[in-house]
Amino acid sequence: MSDDIYREIILDHYRNPRNKGKLAIADVSVHDSNPLCGDEIDMHLKIDSNTIQDVKFEGRGCAISQASASMLTEMVMGKDLEFIKELKKEDILENIGLTNLGPARIKCALLSLKVLKVGMIKYYTDKDPVSAEKIKGESQIY
Amino acid sequence: MQKGILDSHTIRDDFPILKRKIGGKNNFVYLDNAATTQKPLAVINSITNYYTNMNSNIHRAVYEVAEESTRAYERTREMVARFINAKHVEEIIFTRNTTESINLLSYSWGRKNIKAGDKILITELEHHSNIVPWQVLAKETNSKLCYLNINDEGYLNLDNFFHELEGGGIRLISISHMSNVLGTIVPIKTIIRAAHEKGIPVIVDGAQSVPHMPVDVQDLDCDFLAFSAHKMLGPTGVGVLYGKRELIERMDPFMGGGDMIKEVFKNYTHYNDIPYKFEAGTPNIADVVGFGVAIEYLENIGMEAVRQHEIDLTEYALELLTSIPQLKIYGPLVAIDRGGVISFNIGDIHPHDLATIMNDHGIAIRSGHHCAQVLMERLSVSATSRASFYIYNTKDDIDQLINVLDEARRIFRL
Repeated sequence: MSDDIYREIILDHYRNPRNKGKLAIADVSVHDSNPLCGDEIDMHLKIDSNTIQDVKFEGRGCAISQASASMLTEMVMGKDLEFIKELKKEDILENIGLTNLGPARIKCALLSLKVLKVGMIKYYTDKDPVSAEKIKGESQIY
Repeated sequence: MQKGILDSHTIRDDFPILKRKIGGKNNFVYLDNAATTQKPLAVINSITNYYTNMNSNIHRAVYEVAEESTRAYERTREMVARFINAKHVEEIIFTRNTTESINLLSYSWGRKNIKAGDKILITELEHHSNIVPWQVLAKETNSKLCYLNINDEGYLNLDNFFHELEGGGIRLISISHMSNVLGTIVPIKTIIRAAHEKGIPVIVDGAQSVPHMPVDVQDLDCDFLAFSAHKMLGPTGVGVLYGKRELIERMDPFMGGGDMIKEVFKNYTHYNDIPYKFEAGTPNIADVVGFGVAIEYLENIGMEAVRQHEIDLTEYALELLTSIPQLKIYGPLVAIDRGGVISFNIGDIHPHDLATIMNDHGIAIRSGHHCAQVLMERLSVSATSRASFYIYNTKDDIDQLINVLDEARRIFRL
């Protein structure tokens, strides 16, 4: 079973994370951690014309959390915000190919999505409170 | 059983959970004993027996069943007193766990005795339960929380201790007897003797030591000792606070309510005698009774034998672990200086990933910060893997751990 989790692509993203680092100017930066295991993710977003112009992440933790974050940045780069609003847990798990995780490890896989959603809420809170509330309600992150 | 030698293969038969399978096929290899230990059938049965035959509230009613339950509850208190060699049985207070015992002290002793500017001395080895209550108290009283440091091998820096002691201003020392991460056994007797020369009381966090080695409070001369039943074969929800009689007599209650009173009037209350003054409300009677059976079980084996068994296992494990490439062990490398708790990291495999791989083979190890983030910072790691042993663990368990470490190296292409 571990062989199914720790496939080449997960190890590759873990050891060679894409879009890792900071942004010189970010419109939104969000940090969160998983108290259970201490995984940490910071996500920085540059947003223009309702589109993710650039995204970078920093973090430390297990292979699942860090590979998932790396793959998420690739997934959302250049996408419009509607796409991010619609992103569901299942999309992430499918994207990283881990649909069989137990309740403890699933939190590792979804930490970066949580950070991204909180980033969206933060971004919309001033500009469009209705959208912010809507994302909050639908994001299944609390 | 021959005194001094422990047969873990026979002991295993007393623990039903060790017969279960993991993932439907693998034997259960339980190596998370620093978190909690498994329970022998005798303990499990004693709880069923209590509810089947004896259930009633204690200390008040005069009917036969209530007298039996009161006797059973108080019998455990006597056994605990004997187990740690307390001078008086009323020095044993039942709490929920070690954490509550330390919080009780921080509340009842701390608020009365710690003044602005005083120093509370702890160490970098502490569990969060021996850090956070003192942070809260220090903030409230404007006192200062100070840390003794450890060296790179995980030993407490005694020079640093004597230096702090000479510096003055220390009002209280609260210190773990055995680290739950590094296994380091702290020279507690030396510390207590030196502290007492300066009139400083010492709290010993015995959560990891009392279950695994002989601990004699009169020999140590500690002022307080806190530990938990569930880490020594007993049920969860029962903790112990030992305190020297003259100290706990002078402490105010922690919680108010039933059982901790003698007489209650509209505007004031005469509190009960110790230890009842600190046991407000209906306690966890059934589990205290079960704890008595756990102590009996350990006494039959003998704590010297428990300690020797864990030294043997630790020596064996350290030897095998040090031969694995890219594996780093944290803490002392000499088995007699430490308990059967081994923290390590291997290559760039995160402890949570390793624990997942271990679980696939039925092995339960712990991964994370082990409620000791101050220590993690000192070690410059965010997490470690931890294997910890008890009386039912065998060298076979360690062989399996080592095999799966090889498997993890293969999966991660180390």
